[in-house]
Amino acid sequence: MDVLLKVNGTEHRLAVDVRTTLLDALRERLELTGTKKGCDLGQCGACTVLLDGMRVLSCFTLAVAAQEAEITTIEGLAGENKPLHPMQKAFLEQDAYQCGYCTPGQILSAIACVQEGHANSADQIREYMSGNLCRCAAYPKIVAAVQQAKLLMEGP
Amino acid sequence: MRPFDYQQAQGTAAALALAAQHLAPPGEERILAPAQYLAGGTNLLDLMKIGVAHPPALINITALRQDHGRIETDASGLRLGALARMAEAAEHPAVLRDYPAIAQSLQLAASQQLRNMATLGGNVLQRTRCNYFRDPSWQACNKRVPGTGCAAMAGVNRRLAVLGVSEHCIAHYPGDFANVLAALGAEVEILSSDGTARRIAFEELHRLPGDAPHIDTNLRPGELIISFRVPAGPWTRRSLYLKIRDRESYDFAQASAVVALDLQDGVVREARVGLGGLVAKPWRSHEAEAALRGRKLDQASAQASADAAFQGAVTHGENAFKPELGRRTLVRALLQAAAMET
Repeated sequence: MDVLLKVNGTEHRLAVDVRTTLLDALRERLELTGTKKGCDLGQCGACTVLLDGMRVLSCFTLAVAAQEAEITTIEGLAGENKPLHPMQKAFLEQDAYQCGYCTPGQILSAIACVQEGHANSADQIREYMSGNLCRCAAYPKIVAAVQQAKLLMEGP
Repeated sequence: MRPFDYQQAQGTAAALALAAQHLAPPGEERILAPAQYLAGGTNLLDLMKIGVAHPPALINITALRQDHGRIETDASGLRLGALARMAEAAEHPAVLRDYPAIAQSLQLAASQQLRNMATLGGNVLQRTRCNYFRDPSWQACNKRVPGTGCAAMAGVNRRLAVLGVSEHCIAHYPGDFANVLAALGAEVEILSSDGTARRIAFEELHRLPGDAPHIDTNLRPGELIISFRVPAGPWTRRSLYLKIRDRESYDFAQASAVVALDLQDGVVREARVGLGGLVAKPWRSHEAEAALRGRKLDQASAQASADAAFQGAVTHGENAFKPELGRRTLVRALLQAAAMET
C-alpha cells in the first residue's frame, strides 16, 4: 500500500506491506532508528512517538493508520540549527540513563507528560511515566530530569 | 502477523457496510472470524502479532470519533461515546466530579500512551491475559481453540478467575473500566450491520465461559458498540475503584473492587458493588449489595458483604489466595467509600 507519512515536518511517500507498523516504517524504511524496538508488544514504551503532540506507541500503530497525523520522533527535537530540547538537555545533565536504549521513548514521553500537566510532583511523574520501562533502573534521575525540564518548558 | 485486507471507513454507515461484506455464511459465523473493527489497536494488534487473532480484514473506524466520540452528562446520567479515548474519559471534569469510580478505573489502567490510543469500546472488549490463551504453542485452550481443553486448570493460574468460571475455562476478564460499568448498571448501545440500534444491559454484554468459552460476548457478527449510558443515582458521587496489583503502577489487577454508596446517617440506602481481577467477566455483585442494604456501614457489614460476594468462588491451586484477597479488597473499598467527603 502507498502511504504518506509526515515525520518531523517532512512528508515521505512510501509503499509498505499493510502489516507494517509505524515503528518498522520509521526504522526500516525511513532510517529513523532513534525510535527503539523493545518488546514490540506495547509493554515497554521504548517505541513512544508523538502523534499530533500526543504520546502513543508506534509498535501498536499501523503505518497506514498514521497518515493523517504529524509524527514527531526523537530526531525531530533538535538539529544542526536547532538546540537540544530542554528535556534532552535535562536528561544529559541529570545523567538520566545508563545504556540509553529506552531514552528516546523516555524523552518523548516526558515531554508529553509535562505538556499534559501530569508532572506536578515526583509521585505524579512516576505514575504518568510508568509506561516507559528502564531496565537500568535510572528512574530517580529520570524523575529529576523531568522536574528540571518542566521549569524550562513552562517558563518563569 | 498474517496479511489482511485493510479499509478505512469514513463514517458509521460505511463501517457497518464494510463489515457486512465480510460476514461469514449463515451457520459458520462462529467459525470464520469476520472482519474486525480497528480503533486504538492496542489489544487487537497485540493479539495479531502473537498469532492469537488473525482476522481476514480490518476496518479502521477511527473516523467515527466524529459521530461517537463525545462524552455528555445530563440529569439522567452519563453518556460515553464508544470512540472516546480512555485518557479523555479519565480526565473529563464531569466524570471526575460525579463518577469518580469511572475516572479512577481508567486512570489506573494501562499507561498514558495506551490510554491515548485505546477507545472505551475497544477497552471493554479486551481479551483475557491468560498465559495459555496468549501463547499458541500451547495446544490446550478452549478459549482460543474450542474443544482442546484447558492447560491453566493445573498450570500457571495465579492471575486467573475464581468467580464465574466453568470446568472448561478459568480465564479472567482483565479490564477495570468494564467492572464499573457493570456495577453502576450501565447500558450499551449497539448498531447492527443494517444500521438498527439496540440497547442491552452492560451486564449482558459479556458471557460467562460455560461450555463455550471461545465466545466472549453477546455481540453478533458485524455489530458495533457506539456508546455506554450510565444512569445517574445518589450513589455515583460516593464511588471509588480500588485496584490491587503485583506492582504499584501499570499492571493488571489481581483483585479490584468498585463501590458506590448512597448513605444516610451512616446507613446504606443503596449500594452498587463490582469486582475485577478475579472474575470471568465484568462483575456486579448483587449479593454484596443486598448484604449492605439497610445496614450501618461498618467493619462487620462490610465483611458480611464481602463474604456474600465470594460465596461461589472456585480456586485452582495457585489462585487459592484470591478469594481472601478479593474479600479484603472489597472491605477496604467499602470503608474508604463510606469515609469519602462528597
